[in-house]
Amino acid sequence: MPKLGTIEQVKRFQEKCKTALDKFPLVVSLCHGTACCAIGAKELAAAFEEALNGEKSVKFIKSGCHGFCEVGPLVVVRPLDVVYQRVKPSDVPEIVERSLKKGEVIDRLLYRPRGNGKVYAKEEEIPFYAKQSKVVLALNSRIDPYSIDDYMAYGGYGALAKALLEMTPDEVLQEIVDARLRGRGGGGFDAGRKWKGCRSAPGERRHIICNADEGDPGAFMDESILEGNPHSVIEGMVIGAWAIGGTDGFIYVRNEYPRALRAFSNALKQAREYGFLGENILSSGMDFDIKVSRGGGAFVCGESSALFRSLEGDVGEPRAKYIHSVERGYHDEPTNLNNVETWANVPHIINRGAKWFRSLGTEDSPGTKVFSLVGKVENTGLIEVPMGITLKEVIFEIGGGIKEGRDFKAVQTGGPSGGMLSQSQLDLPVDFDVLTEAGSMMGSGGMIVMDEGTCVVDVAKYFTDFLIEESCGKCLPCREGLMHMSRILHRITEGQGEPKDMESLKRLGDAVAVASLCGLGTSAPNPVLSSIKYFEDEYLAHINERRCPGRVCRALISYHIDPDTCTGCGTCEKVCPVEAIQPVAGEEREEGLLRIIDLAVCDKCDACREVCPEEAILVESPAIALEHYRENVTEKR
Amino acid sequence: MLAVQEKFNWLPPQALDYISRRLNVRKPRIYHIATFYKVFSLEPRGKHILQLCMGTACHVRGAKLIADELSRRHGIHFGETTDDGLFTLERVNCLGACAIGPILVVDGDYKGNMTTNRANAVIKRLKREATEEDAANA
Repeated sequence: MPKLGTIEQVKRFQEKCKTALDKFPLVVSLCHGTACCAIGAKELAAAFEEALNGEKSVKFIKSGCHGFCEVGPLVVVRPLDVVYQRVKPSDVPEIVERSLKKGEVIDRLLYRPRGNGKVYAKEEEIPFYAKQSKVVLALNSRIDPYSIDDYMAYGGYGALAKALLEMTPDEVLQEIVDARLRGRGGGGFDAGRKWKGCRSAPGERRHIICNADEGDPGAFMDESILEGNPHSVIEGMVIGAWAIGGTDGFIYVRNEYPRALRAFSNALKQAREYGFLGENILSSGMDFDIKVSRGGGAFVCGESSALFRSLEGDVGEPRAKYIHSVERGYHDEPTNLNNVETWANVPHIINRGAKWFRSLGTEDSPGTKVFSLVGKVENTGLIEVPMGITLKEVIFEIGGGIKEGRDFKAVQTGGPSGGMLSQSQLDLPVDFDVLTEAGSMMGSGGMIVMDEGTCVVDVAKYFTDFLIEESCGKCLPCREGLMHMSRILHRITEGQGEPKDMESLKRLGDAVAVASLCGLGTSAPNPVLSSIKYFEDEYLAHINERRCPGRVCRALISYHIDPDTCTGCGTCEKVCPVEAIQPVAGEEREEGLLRIIDLAVCDKCDACREVCPEEAILVESPAIALEHYRENVTEKR
Repeated sequence: MLAVQEKFNWLPPQALDYISRRLNVRKPRIYHIATFYKVFSLEPRGKHILQLCMGTACHVRGAKLIADELSRRHGIHFGETTDDGLFTLERVNCLGACAIGPILVVDGDYKGNMTTNRANAVIKRLKREATEEDAANA
């Protein structure tokens, strides 16, 4: 491969890649993302490779995440353009025979949402995809992440050539400033301003870093970008280096993402071969390369100053925020840190211009945002939507509403630093400022939906415990304050809450928010404070009535069997590990004797409820269950 | 240190001594780092590594029930290795496959839509295999 040096050469090469790709009349794109692989995409890939047996007319792609994880493994067949869902290896011969050879659509593999009886064949028709506007994720289902040629066939590295060969660094910088690109990692800081600050900071060397330490539990956007389209991140970073005057680059990847790491490392190697990294990139005179650094499973290392310490090989502890990283970051030299999604947006802005970018989204938060929509929502998956879309549209139209038709209770955005929003906030548009105002935050893009069967206090406790575990322990408010908040929350969920606990939680939360050193500390009380703000009733139910409305807190619930629904099949009795379930003499049902749970023995492990075919096992507050027990057992004896 | 951890599944003290000497870094600092990051383990780990995802999505889908089940029923606690050296249970925060939560990873194999019953079955199977192996070796 000769290194490319002019814009014509790059264009010609892109054409060549495109022609090579167009040679295949048929394309099979199998989602090979983490979730699909965990439910059988690997076996599926092997089955396809065997069935296709080197067939020259078919391009078989093991692509990155398509997004619709709920119904995976997914297979897209082009140019037929149909989406097959929940595909099994045994379906492969039929797909090859009918869809590939004859161009037929296989009806039984199409997507059918629960309830409305409709059938969807094409991607753009499926409601989950219809409302999205994909920019960063647009190529995910089209390219093989391990092939730089695929990326270039879709115009990849064109933005890099344009920036380096036709634009001055100032022009590139101005384009980003005009686009008003805001950091996608959480805070939403103006990327243009950051770049400018770093460029003008005094120093010999400037570091360009990509933050891929996506630690928010329940969020996997950055992983999917790195896995599905790693070259877009590299392209963005090199453009950034050009604009800022960067001398070397790093990417800090979470240790939990070995697949993303593999895809990205491979992409780096290819980019070097093609001359997009290394010395004298595209004959522009710029030298720049990117090194990969792996994290060690510490949430706090996603915080910028902690990340720098970790990169240096030290313990990842943050420092006070008044020192700006653009001036003194990695090794106390000027550093520009942006997250994966921010970098992936850069080539698009250079290609299509700031004006186009600002035509998406809202005035103050232009562009799109990738979210991982998870929890008790019908359609779990990875989505990309224009900023300003309402939470309702995201959860009920794209997400398809709540699982099993239950009622919505809350949505949590922004991970452990964000907050919980209730029903009344559903009409809020999703943008950086609105969510912050509502007491939550955009965060990196996790969106966790909770239904009536979730306990808000329990979730607040979960986040607080998570943060205690992850607090680096350097400053006192975060370390001790969270500990005490957690103690109170534990007491409340164990049914030992006191009325004054609410006041204590608020006071502690405020103190932690004001006095902590880093961004993670100051936002740490958000889950608790926002849930108190919007769900005070739930706290009070725990404290005053010793009742858990979500029926989650173990001390405040008990299991019992509904005598009217139970068919006496005995499945529950077999799985009960503590033998708390017994038949009731004389109570004949269709399949045997009515069963009953001995509350003194039951340790509430949930095994019986899971297996009951009739959903006859109810979870109630102890008072109700006890009454039921008396009725059925004591009186009959 | 990541390489050592990967090779041995833990950081043996001899290895840390060696790293300290070779890099000329004092031991307290090495231990500071070894205890700060979660990937490092200062104790040998079990034959089977169980990782339970405790990410938010898995949490609201009932990962806690499985954690309780493992600790109550089988004496397998987070961050610990069982006395028979068979299991080590680790807590991980999100594996990025939330659609199929709760997830239990058994020796690198992702098992989605986990329930208390399925978790029990997995543990029982692994225990049975170990006993059979012992019997075969004896």
